[in-house]
Amino acid sequence: MAEPLLSTDRLIKRFGGLVATDTVSIDVRPGEIHALIGPNGAGKTTLVSQLTGYLRPDSGTIRFAGRDITRLPMHARVRLGLARSFQITSVLREFTALDNVALAVQAHAGHSFRFLADARRDESLLGPARQGLADVGLAARADTPAAILSHGEQRQLEIAMALAGDPRLLLLDEPMAGMGAEESQRMIGFLRDLKSKRAMLLIEHDMDAVFQLADRITVLVYGRAIASGTPAEIRADPDVRQAYLGEEAA
Amino acid sequence: MTDLVAALRTTRGIVTLVLLVLLAVLPLLTQAFDQRYLLSIGTRVLIWAIAAVSLNLILGYGGMVSFGHAVFFGTGGYAVGILAHHGIASGWIQWPVAIAASALWALVVGALSLRTRGLYFIMITLAFAQLLYYVGVGLEAYGADDGLNIGRSRFAGLIDLRDKASFYWLCLALLCATLWFCSRFANSRFGLVIRGAKSNELRMAALGFPVFRYRLAAFTISGAFGGLSGILMANEGAYISPAMMSWVKSGDLIVIVVLGGMGTLFGPLYGTIAFFLLEESLKPLLDLLRKGWGEYWQIVFGPMLVLIALYARGGIDSLMGRSRG
Amino acid sequence: MDYLLLQVLNGVQLGLLMFLLAAGLTLTFGIMDLVNLAHGSLYMMGAYIAWTFVGWTDSFVLGALLALPATFLLGVVVEMVVARRLYARDHLDQVLATFGLILFFNELVRVIWGPAGKSLAVPAFLNRTVEILPGVPYPAYRFAIIVVGAVVAVLLAWLVARTRLGMLIRAGASNRRMIGALGVDIELLFTLVFGLGAVFAGLAGLMAAPITSVKIGMGDDILILAFVIIVIGGIGSIKGAFVAAMLVGQIDIVGRAFLPDFLKTFLSSAAASSAAPAISQVLVYVVMAGVLVWRPTGLFGQRA
Repeated sequence: MAEPLLSTDRLIKRFGGLVATDTVSIDVRPGEIHALIGPNGAGKTTLVSQLTGYLRPDSGTIRFAGRDITRLPMHARVRLGLARSFQITSVLREFTALDNVALAVQAHAGHSFRFLADARRDESLLGPARQGLADVGLAARADTPAAILSHGEQRQLEIAMALAGDPRLLLLDEPMAGMGAEESQRMIGFLRDLKSKRAMLLIEHDMDAVFQLADRITVLVYGRAIASGTPAEIRADPDVRQAYLGEEAA
Repeated sequence: MTDLVAALRTTRGIVTLVLLVLLAVLPLLTQAFDQRYLLSIGTRVLIWAIAAVSLNLILGYGGMVSFGHAVFFGTGGYAVGILAHHGIASGWIQWPVAIAASALWALVVGALSLRTRGLYFIMITLAFAQLLYYVGVGLEAYGADDGLNIGRSRFAGLIDLRDKASFYWLCLALLCATLWFCSRFANSRFGLVIRGAKSNELRMAALGFPVFRYRLAAFTISGAFGGLSGILMANEGAYISPAMMSWVKSGDLIVIVVLGGMGTLFGPLYGTIAFFLLEESLKPLLDLLRKGWGEYWQIVFGPMLVLIALYARGGIDSLMGRSRG
Repeated sequence: MDYLLLQVLNGVQLGLLMFLLAAGLTLTFGIMDLVNLAHGSLYMMGAYIAWTFVGWTDSFVLGALLALPATFLLGVVVEMVVARRLYARDHLDQVLATFGLILFFNELVRVIWGPAGKSLAVPAFLNRTVEILPGVPYPAYRFAIIVVGAVVAVLLAWLVARTRLGMLIRAGASNRRMIGALGVDIELLFTLVFGLGAVFAGLAGLMAAPITSVKIGMGDDILILAFVIIVIGGIGSIKGAFVAAMLVGQIDIVGRAFLPDFLKTFLSSAAASSAAPAISQVLVYVVMAGVLVWRPTGLFGQRA
């Protein structure tokens, strides 16, 4: 079995009396899609926030690519190749689609303490940015301000930004949220194509998408990982059926 | 070059060109019509415009609402004044020291305040400005409350700052240099990081930018240019006092930047001119209504600020159409 | 020892005055999310209005009692004309607009009352000393400020902790949408809270008047101190405002009282007495900076 790319070891995060992440140990191996599912309030976003560095766990460790990153700030984790997309669409609304991706490219092109040269004419940024937009099917929208892109397009833009740094692992926080059926299907196809190149941790409500894409699934309920396994194992797990899938699977 | 030609075809380009030409020949005009008073107002406009451009770097482009920017009038001015007071009159020493002191103060304040957000940031920048203000008040050796008359900086053989017109043109040249820097900054890699962080800080961090470091650098650069305006202010009146860094002046600077148009290249210049025009025209206008009322011009100006805040966010710059990028 | 006690009491008195000012600020910020720079103008207006009413009635107490509803009304007018349009706006707009209000009020005072400062005499019945400890006299007027300030602080604590209005205030501080959902007339609530803040500010202003003199801009410097207080205490927290006000009061007074002697050990006497007030002001800001480095949302602020 391959060495995991990302792993957590007995991660705990409390908010007051509430244990939002309760001794969670999960891992993501190179080249796999590991899906994290669970009902609302199960602590998925809290867990992701700790992986990205937005929240600091109370105890436990997070390792990425052989390093302990538990105490690294967000930007440093991204530099190591741990990119994310946001649950609520998070793009730079005042900037064009191209500028959004160009900034993402810039983030990985050394430091940005360059004050005089015009970055908006810098082909070393714009070239890869155009390619990134084309990869997610947004080439025609390059000069459109992000604020007026459709919801689905903004989600695509998010993915393009996350991919710009050529990350080793993508954290996708509900990439299909708010998408229509057709858009969702296109996104599923896109992620499946991507799978050969990078590992993903996928948080998603859309069970169809999860069972189509995931190699492994972990079920989170009240902050605890109650089950982990292949889609088939998860479907068959009685605890999961009772606690979460309920009638949906029955 | 083609950019420049294209820019000159827009309303904004024409207005700006006319304005710059007018500013360039102002000393000749004031001399021809014997209006020395106007030249001194013109000089103050240029100095304030430099300060406003420097505030715009962080406030307009970076969204950092610093309510203590007038403190850099003080750091720049006092560095010059204190050196002059001790007999070091050479501008070649005074000016770099003053700019370095201002940048250093900005670095310290930025390092402490940029960790906070929202109202906390507004108030901590104000408080640090007040801190230096009271230090100025307490400096008995340098005139305390009353301030200090100083000799102007000397640049032997190069320029005589006592000559009003020469000093004016020097201020204009420095304003142009500041604007040039700002125009490059706005679309540079660094500038885009600062602007991106204004738009969505968390996003920028998630892209891998250590936002704090970039903001701190921007704050420091802004302080250095602010210090430049302080140097000029001290030389303009040959005088320094704590009043240079009173919090009302910090408020005025915010007003100017918003009035002119935040995050636009020439907005701070428009804003400064409009601010001084308002002040100089409200007084005679009110006096026309009734003798003596001119003194109370702020009773009209105050509510105007309320209206600007409520209804005119784009500032003067937006009257000339959408700006690029 | 007695001297120390007196200075500590002076610090308490100053702290309570500033708490009155800070309480209104922290309420308007906590509930309406409004940065109100013009709060200091209400403090100034309270003093001026009281000065006028005291002149008319020839009684400090009567004048003060009339001035309080007047500042309440003034607060209500400011809220309805300007402030309510600012609640949903960003902080920069609020700073700009309320900065405009400061200029307006300072100039208005100049028009109505003239540029010269006014003095308000300490009422005759308080123009004496009380023995706070056997053999330790303390000016009765300052003592009265402490009593009134303490009573108001207790009232405010009771109001916020025990009453329906207080419940709404606390709900507002944590969740503004919820109040709307409760079916409360949110506009009225906001107007009342703003008016209440105005009364506290006016009360502080008129009580300070006999000590500091009534002058244009008197609210500006103390307003900045009040902001320092709510920033130290944690924005939106009444308890934080109280603790920080007491702290700042002590720093300021004790600094003024004891720094000169300390400075005289290495400065000339004149230099020491002019530097001491400035240094005690500086100390206040240094404390604030220290607190914010340690806890970026103040002592009792909610963590972001």
